[in-house]
Amino acid sequence: MTSMVFAILFYLATLLFVVGLLYRINSYARTPAPLKIPTTPAPTTNGGVVLRMTREVVFFESLFKANLWTWAAGWLFHASLLLVLLRHLRYFTEPVWGWVAFIQPFGMYAGITMLLGLGGLWLRRLFVERIRYISTPSDHLMLLLLMGIAASGLSMKFLAHTDVIAVKEFFLGLMHLNIQALPADLLLIVHLSLVVSLLVVFPFSKLLHAPGVFFSPTRNQKDDPREHRHLSTWAAKLESEKS
Amino acid sequence: MADITAPAYRTIPIIPALKPGSMEGKGPFVASDKLNEALGFPGQLVEDWHDRAIAKMGDLLSKYRSLKVFMDACVHCGACSDKCHYFIGTQDPKNMPVARQDLLRSVYRRYFTLPGKLFPKLVGARDLTREVLDEWYNYFNQCSECRRCSVFCPYGIDTAEITMAAREILDTVGYGQKYSNEIIGKVHKIGNNLGLPGPALRDTLEGLEEDVKDATGIDVRFPMDVKGAEVLLVTPSADFFAEPHIDSLIGYAKVFHATGTSWTLSSMSSEAGNFGMFIGNYDQLRTIAMRIRQAALELGVKRIVVGECGHAWRVAYSFWNTLTGVGDGADPNDRFAQMLQKQLDHRYKQPAHICEFTWDMIQDERLTFDKTANDKYIITFHDSCNVARGSRMGDLPGGQFEIPRNIIKAVANNFVEMAPNTTREQTFCCGGGGGLLTDDLLDLRVKGALPRMEVLQQTVDEHGVNFMATICAICKAQFTKVMPIYGFDRKMVGGVHQLVSNAIQLGQK
Repeated sequence: MTSMVFAILFYLATLLFVVGLLYRINSYARTPAPLKIPTTPAPTTNGGVVLRMTREVVFFESLFKANLWTWAAGWLFHASLLLVLLRHLRYFTEPVWGWVAFIQPFGMYAGITMLLGLGGLWLRRLFVERIRYISTPSDHLMLLLLMGIAASGLSMKFLAHTDVIAVKEFFLGLMHLNIQALPADLLLIVHLSLVVSLLVVFPFSKLLHAPGVFFSPTRNQKDDPREHRHLSTWAAKLESEKS
Repeated sequence: MADITAPAYRTIPIIPALKPGSMEGKGPFVASDKLNEALGFPGQLVEDWHDRAIAKMGDLLSKYRSLKVFMDACVHCGACSDKCHYFIGTQDPKNMPVARQDLLRSVYRRYFTLPGKLFPKLVGARDLTREVLDEWYNYFNQCSECRRCSVFCPYGIDTAEITMAAREILDTVGYGQKYSNEIIGKVHKIGNNLGLPGPALRDTLEGLEEDVKDATGIDVRFPMDVKGAEVLLVTPSADFFAEPHIDSLIGYAKVFHATGTSWTLSSMSSEAGNFGMFIGNYDQLRTIAMRIRQAALELGVKRIVVGECGHAWRVAYSFWNTLTGVGDGADPNDRFAQMLQKQLDHRYKQPAHICEFTWDMIQDERLTFDKTANDKYIITFHDSCNVARGSRMGDLPGGQFEIPRNIIKAVANNFVEMAPNTTREQTFCCGGGGGLLTDDLLDLRVKGALPRMEVLQQTVDEHGVNFMATICAICKAQFTKVMPIYGFDRKMVGGVHQLVSNAIQLGQK
């Protein structure tokens, strides 16, 4: 019964996640950027823009300039999350890819540093007056959700082991439309429920910052307005109407 | 007005504590029916303002990717929260860039997102009420669109884009700001922001020729409406009569004279500033810019050069090619842009900043200077926000920082920098940009100048600085007004070309 419920939940949540995200990305891509507004000094070539975006996405360059504490906690969380996600590939591949096997131990500790990073961000939200002022209930809940995922995952590793072989069979089965039994451990149920919630919330929330950053005109535009005429479709129509 | 005093300097870099509500109020003077209607906006707040505002927001969300992405992407990380000069000076939390954005974002969430429709409290979504509309009017007129916050945002969210959208919505429902809309009306009617008619302008220029002749013994011309001149100079109209602006205008004229460049001003298009950007209205932005295209075509000039003006240079550098075709690289089938681009001389950047022009001439050794003429000054340079973060000069990123400094060093011996986290792309706005340079906002302007005044005081104490050069008409006007309130001499501020004017040798070459 639990297996069936979670199978359905995962299918629906994944569908919502993928469709929702594609819908948002498509709407960003289709909305014109009528004016050149890169925040200067900006790169003047496409290669330069790729470099700028890479520095932004990999190292959080702007945040680094803004505030070292937020940067440290934020970067620690994101980098750890990446490792943790990659580590989880082992539940979806058979045989497990070599590099995924290699990062297992790092991924495990990354769960702890992820929790530390999130904790740091939450402490800022709770105790720094300015950040507390701008926080909405959903900002706190989002952090709690992620901390819940990390904590429940870590508990299964360090406190009460779950049958990971069975978990893996469940997910491999899920990928082949062949539902297998899921261990009925409380921690696992909590962990998976929170992950499902995250998938559902993602396309409707501030988590859209992840795709959004790639569409940010102040970061992804080349600084060449004098060399090339940049004209959006709706702005071009103003010209044909007149001269 | 007499009770406006300067806030105390902070022990740098302490982040100020919040003083909620400290800048609550009715905002700057509201535009009258006449001013609004002249721009095609409703005369006063319309009955159905709520529905029209939401509809306009939807319209802007479909037209501007910046707005659409910026409404979604903010995670409330607070990176920007201590970066705004108005927040630092006023301590009002709603002047934190993220909080200012949220005034609009909360309404976006309520009407355009599922969680905001279902659980408004949870995600900080709000109905658009009259109180919210008034709050928009007040706080979106406390942003100078200087983009400092956008430098620090991990997603590049630029509050200027959001302020522009908010002001555009306010204008659409008949809730425009007097200062900006009045000025835009003057540009349409008379050709410049100050409403100087052609004959008055001609008188002023003749007077200037006499003044320069008296001072130097040389006939430096200030030509107007000369067909076939090589260069059309478009400069902020404050340059024609305001102090210290006029000294830079004399500087440009001397550079043109000394290099034997034929140039002209245009009576029809005697304004570089473009307040259409301040109110975020593309039609106004375009219409105002079109005057320059028209003047260039009528006068048949080969080059278009822009005087010392911050927002004007952003519009010229970043937007003119888009709006009017002043630039290069138009598609061969783009007849609108080709018409002008065929006329312009593409060995030079189009448009060019006067600093680019002067620096090129210095490098070509076509100008000579007596640097000792500026020896009475110990000079520092204030990067104007829109030049620094919205434009460029020269061929390399950051040319807008190097070229003005290079010019200063070429014409003067004593130059020192202000604190590095307050210059270049991290520069602070003067406190008067973006349509706020009006006396009904003087309290805000004084407070907004605080971070710049602090570091200026530092350089005065440490290096004896007695001249702050800048290349923006608004910076010059704002600083001459607020610096005395901080205890500085108003004559401490001036243009880069004022220094050029002091040192340039007109007799030789």
